[in-house]
Amino acid sequence: MEYKFKTPLSESDARTLRINDIVYLTGTIYTARDQAHKRILEIISRGDILPIDFRGMAIYHCGPIVKKINDEWIVVAAGPTTSTRMELYEYDVIRTLGVRMVIGKGGMGLRTAEACKAYGAVYAEFTGGAAVLAAQSIRRVKGVEWLDLGVPEALWILEVENFGPLTVVIDSYGANIHENVNKKAYEKMSSILK
Amino acid sequence: MGMIDPKVIENVCIEIIRKAVIYLPDDVKNALKTAYDNEVSDVAKAQLKAILDNVKLAESIEAPVCQDTGIITFFVEVGASFPGINYIEKSIINATRTATSKIPLRPNAVHPFTNKNSGDNTGHFIPYIHWNIVDGDSLKLTVMPKGGGSENVCKFKMLTPADGIDGVKKFIINSVLEANGMPCPPTIVGVGIGGGADISMVLAKKALLRPLNKRSPESQIAKMEMELYNILNETGIGPMGLGGRTTVLGVNIEYAHRHIASLPVAVAFNCWAARRASAVVYGDGAYKVYGD
Repeated sequence: MEYKFKTPLSESDARTLRINDIVYLTGTIYTARDQAHKRILEIISRGDILPIDFRGMAIYHCGPIVKKINDEWIVVAAGPTTSTRMELYEYDVIRTLGVRMVIGKGGMGLRTAEACKAYGAVYAEFTGGAAVLAAQSIRRVKGVEWLDLGVPEALWILEVENFGPLTVVIDSYGANIHENVNKKAYEKMSSILK
Repeated sequence: MGMIDPKVIENVCIEIIRKAVIYLPDDVKNALKTAYDNEVSDVAKAQLKAILDNVKLAESIEAPVCQDTGIITFFVEVGASFPGINYIEKSIINATRTATSKIPLRPNAVHPFTNKNSGDNTGHFIPYIHWNIVDGDSLKLTVMPKGGGSENVCKFKMLTPADGIDGVKKFIINSVLEANGMPCPPTIVGVGIGGGADISMVLAKKALLRPLNKRSPESQIAKMEMELYNILNETGIGPMGLGGRTTVLGVNIEYAHRHIASLPVAVAFNCWAARRASAVVYGDGAYKVYGD
C-alpha cells in the first residue's frame, strides 16, 4: 500500500503501516545522528527541556551537506546514514519522546522493533546514497540546533514535501524486512559455508 | 626543466575531487543499469530506480551524488623526476579544504579524543595519502572519497595456511552476510589476500579502484572473482538489503605473497556510489583528468 502522511503522525497512522508499505511524508522532520541521540537522552535524564517537541514526529538518521547563502541554510544532499549505530538509543527516544517514525537505512535491531510495537511507531528506509533525490523534497531549513556537534551531527529541522518513497521496514507488529532477508541469505549459504 | 606551479597540482586535485563526488564512473553506472533490468521484485526495482534517478539528478544539478563524501583518500604515483614532489602533500591538503567549501563536501574529519569536527576535512593524517614512487617525470593522482557506511563493515582476519583459499572464500561470504544492508548494496567487494595485516587491507582498498569490467589478469583469480560474484548474488540480500538479485556489482581480488605462517585476508566494501577519479600531471605542467 502507498500512503501520504502529514506530520505530526498519530498512533493510528503508525499502526496502519505494515512492512513493504510505501510512505510519502509532508511536514517537519528532524535529523539526528549518534551525537544528537546521545544528547537528547542526556537532557531527558537531567530532567531538562529539549529545544523542540518530538511528539508524533519523524526522526531522520541523516547528516546533510548544507551551504549558507545570505544567512539562509540550503540543503545540498541529505540521504540517510546507517541506522544500526542509533540502536543503542532509539528505544528510549521512541518511549520518552513519542516519536512515530524513524527514518534511516540499513535496518535496526530488536530493541527498536520492541519500542515500535510497544509505543506505536515504525522504522522506514529511504534509499541509501540517494542524497540529491532526498534534498529535492526538502522545501527549507526551518532551524538548526546543536551546531556545536558539527554540521553533520547537528539537529536539523527540515520542512519536507512528499518526502519519499520511504519503505516501511519494521512495523508495530514485530515484522522486519531485513530479518526475513537475512535469515534466507544464511539458509541459502549454509551448504557452502559448512 | 623548471618546477611546476603548486597551484596546478592543487587545481587538478580539486577537479578530481569534484568529478569523483558528482559523477559516478561509467562502469559503475552501467552495472547499476544492468542491475535494474535484472531485478524482478517491486522493492528491489524501487531501490535501483531511486539510485539511478539520483545519479542523473546529481549530474544535472552538479551536486554530490551522496551526502557522505567520505574521508578523502589519495593514491599518488609519482615519477622520481617529477618537478614538484615536495608540493604534492601540501597541494592535496589545500585542495581538500577548498573542495570542502566550494563543491561543497560534508565536513567529516573528527578528532577521536575530543570529538571535535575540524570543519574542513583535514586533520591528523587526513586526507590520507598512499605514496608510490615510480620511474619518469609525471604524477598520477587518484582520489577515492569513500563513505562511512561501507567502511564500517570492512573485515579483516588472520586465517591459517591450512584454511587455504576455501577458507578465504568462506570468510568473504560471511563478511557479506554480516554486512547485510548496511554498506548500501549493491556493493563492490574488494579483497586483499596475503602480505601482512596492513598490506592485505591496503590491497583490498586498491582492489576497489579497479573498474568493474576488468577482471584480474591471472586466470585463477579472475575465475574466483566470477565465482564469488555469482555466489554473493545468490544470497538474495539485494539492493539496500531489502531483498533482490543484486547484492554485489563486482568482486575484485588483489594479493601479495604471504608469510609461511599466515594467511591474512581483508574484505573492503564500496557502496553503490563507488566514487573515484584520477588525473595525470606531466613534467611540463600539462595535465589530463580521467576516471570513467
